[in-house]
Amino acid sequence: MTDSSNVPPKKSATDKSRRTALKSIAAGAGVVAASGTLPGLLGHAQAQSAEPIRIGFQVHRTGIGAAYGRWYDRTTEAVVKRINEEGGINGRPIEIVAEDDGTDPKRGAEVVEKFANQHKCDLAFGTLFSHVVFGSAPRAGELKIPYFVVSEGHHVASGKLNRYTLQPGITDVKSQVEAMGPFIANNLGKKVTMIFPDFAFGHDHRDYFTAAFENQGGTILEKIAIPPTETSFTKYFPKIPRDTEVIYHVMVGPAVLTFVKELGEFFGPSKPEIFGFIDSLEAVDLASPGLEFLEGTYFWEGMPRYAQADQSEFDKTYRAAVGVDENGASVSDPKDVSTYAHMFGCWETLYVVKAGMEASGYKGPDDRQKLIEAVEAMSDMPHSNEHPQGAKRFNGKTHQTFGHQYISKVDNGKLVLAHTTSIEDTLYEDEVDYTKQAF
Amino acid sequence: MNNSMRSFALHLFVLAILVVLFFTVSEYHSGNLARILVLSVYAMGYNLLFGYTGLLSLGHALFFASGMYGLGLAMQHLGTPAAPAMLVGLISAFVVSAVIGFLALRTSGVAFMIVTLMFAQAGYLTILLAGKYTRGDEGFVIPQADRAIGSIDLSQSDTRYFAALILFAVCFLFIGWLVQTRFGKTLVAIRENPERARMLGYDIQRHKLLAVIISGTLSGAAGAAYALLFGYAGATFSTVQYSIYPLLWVLLGGAGTTIGPLIGAIFMTYLIDISSEYTNAYMLIAGLALIFLTLFAPHGLAGVLRKKWLPWLP
Repeated sequence: MTDSSNVPPKKSATDKSRRTALKSIAAGAGVVAASGTLPGLLGHAQAQSAEPIRIGFQVHRTGIGAAYGRWYDRTTEAVVKRINEEGGINGRPIEIVAEDDGTDPKRGAEVVEKFANQHKCDLAFGTLFSHVVFGSAPRAGELKIPYFVVSEGHHVASGKLNRYTLQPGITDVKSQVEAMGPFIANNLGKKVTMIFPDFAFGHDHRDYFTAAFENQGGTILEKIAIPPTETSFTKYFPKIPRDTEVIYHVMVGPAVLTFVKELGEFFGPSKPEIFGFIDSLEAVDLASPGLEFLEGTYFWEGMPRYAQADQSEFDKTYRAAVGVDENGASVSDPKDVSTYAHMFGCWETLYVVKAGMEASGYKGPDDRQKLIEAVEAMSDMPHSNEHPQGAKRFNGKTHQTFGHQYISKVDNGKLVLAHTTSIEDTLYEDEVDYTKQAF
Repeated sequence: MNNSMRSFALHLFVLAILVVLFFTVSEYHSGNLARILVLSVYAMGYNLLFGYTGLLSLGHALFFASGMYGLGLAMQHLGTPAAPAMLVGLISAFVVSAVIGFLALRTSGVAFMIVTLMFAQAGYLTILLAGKYTRGDEGFVIPQADRAIGSIDLSQSDTRYFAALILFAVCFLFIGWLVQTRFGKTLVAIRENPERARMLGYDIQRHKLLAVIISGTLSGAAGAAYALLFGYAGATFSTVQYSIYPLLWVLLGGAGTTIGPLIGAIFMTYLIDISSEYTNAYMLIAGLALIFLTLFAPHGLAGVLRKKWLPWLP
């Protein structure tokens, strides 16, 4: 048996020159694609065939991720419409082949197989929940189909997956959490109590934030892990030390409303500073009964849900295209709140795919490796209509993008942007170099 | 030809079809079949307890996960090669099923269902709480390079298929043989009338415990094989949903028949696969199929075969 996944590829002069060329092309394509001034020109110039590029969209339509899936679906539909109106990719339209993964790792793997072997897709894309990515990525690697995930898990950059799996459109939880340390330590307080769900997502927050916060001279007074089946939280609150200056919470799932309500009842009007991740309240209306207690508290947001006073033109364009109003809800139903902090990843990922295919002159599945090399060669992506969340810096070695993080304060029931981190705040040391793995 | 020989011939015929299918269907379907064969082993384990012994467990996902994590953790943390790790998975499932069987068999009927469900839930929470090692709900990938026995790379489509088929064949022939032995017939006697079996002098508690252990170990073999062949171990596989699946496969395919679990797993997999292309409510379609089958073919598809054409079907 040969270990094909960890053997560094032999470098020939041809390889080297091709790689250098790809880097130059990718940089150029990135600027052109990002500028938005010549929509479709590059695509038409490189047109090889009118056959659509088939992109398998692995989406949570059922299961616990369905709310995210609904908005990932809408965002994908909007960006595909826009790219196709701009001339498609290399002159070819995108055709989305969507399959429900049921938010289940077994079904997720089956769906990837279906994209590769039955639908004959050029690549697979989508999905949020980490366990579905973990279950699916091995099959993507074995089937040699590029798998662009929009998951925000640290799984890609941790080196646990493979060369065919990339996350170029959304930042990962490690960079998000670590970037919160300086803001909390400098603005909210130095003594933190963490409340988190007692499973992998919560453990990531516990571990990454503790390290980042202690680097800022802060202290974690208590780490309160809540069992995943818990439905009432009052009994945990007496564990919060009295000298706590900041509560850091990342509760997710349907019990979050109860959690916030009970936290409010416990503290009454004299609460400490409170900081949370909006993951808790994605697709949840902040005006929901019981959430009044969140007034004056802070949230990490992947992208500000409410249109801000200094809203960028790019956010306006993106918001209008997806059909989201200024409060982050559907334009057709103000009660249908979006998953605004995450779904931009679908938009940005497909623009990265477009830039990668154009840079590599992608024609069909035989060029999948060239596509991956072209994406690996990318780096800075400016704030633009293609990257409405903000500028990005893609790390080709770890297959992970890095970008600005947003911290908002609840003010009169709306999230108002209070701080934007730099990209540098989010960087950490590489844990893998996928480019050394053979295809 | 007596019934025993007919049964043996049928089992060989099924295995021959499965060999032929690999060379005749598309790669997508052979990939699906590889997964179905592994899950059929799980269903066969379940069927031994439910279909032949009459014990309805709602906690078999714990046995499946025991095999999966036995293999996965040994490979992940101890660097155990695939073949001995498979053995660790089997031993893990054997021990867990022996302990759970010993405790749960103090109950019967609805209480047995509840107790097995609770044990499985406890197992699920244990996996989450041991996140340092298991990565909890997220699970972990078993690297492609490690998924090999000797020089056989089990991540390739052909070797994966035939590895799944070998596991299936061994379990299929074993179950086919077991249910025709005195032990197997005693299990059926216990299912039909436990009091009568007891009066005839059978130690039904010992038989039930052995049935739980064999059933749990087969389920664990499927869990270990799934992790090895598809490269992933995760807590999802220990949730109640994965305890319900083998029940559905067995009910659809035919409880108390050796071929029923395979038929049920194929039927259910393709029902979901095809219907999901047309509607998001594909589980509703699966539910309706189950209701109609329960109403019009209460013994499942293989049960219909046995009733109408093949009365000797084991």
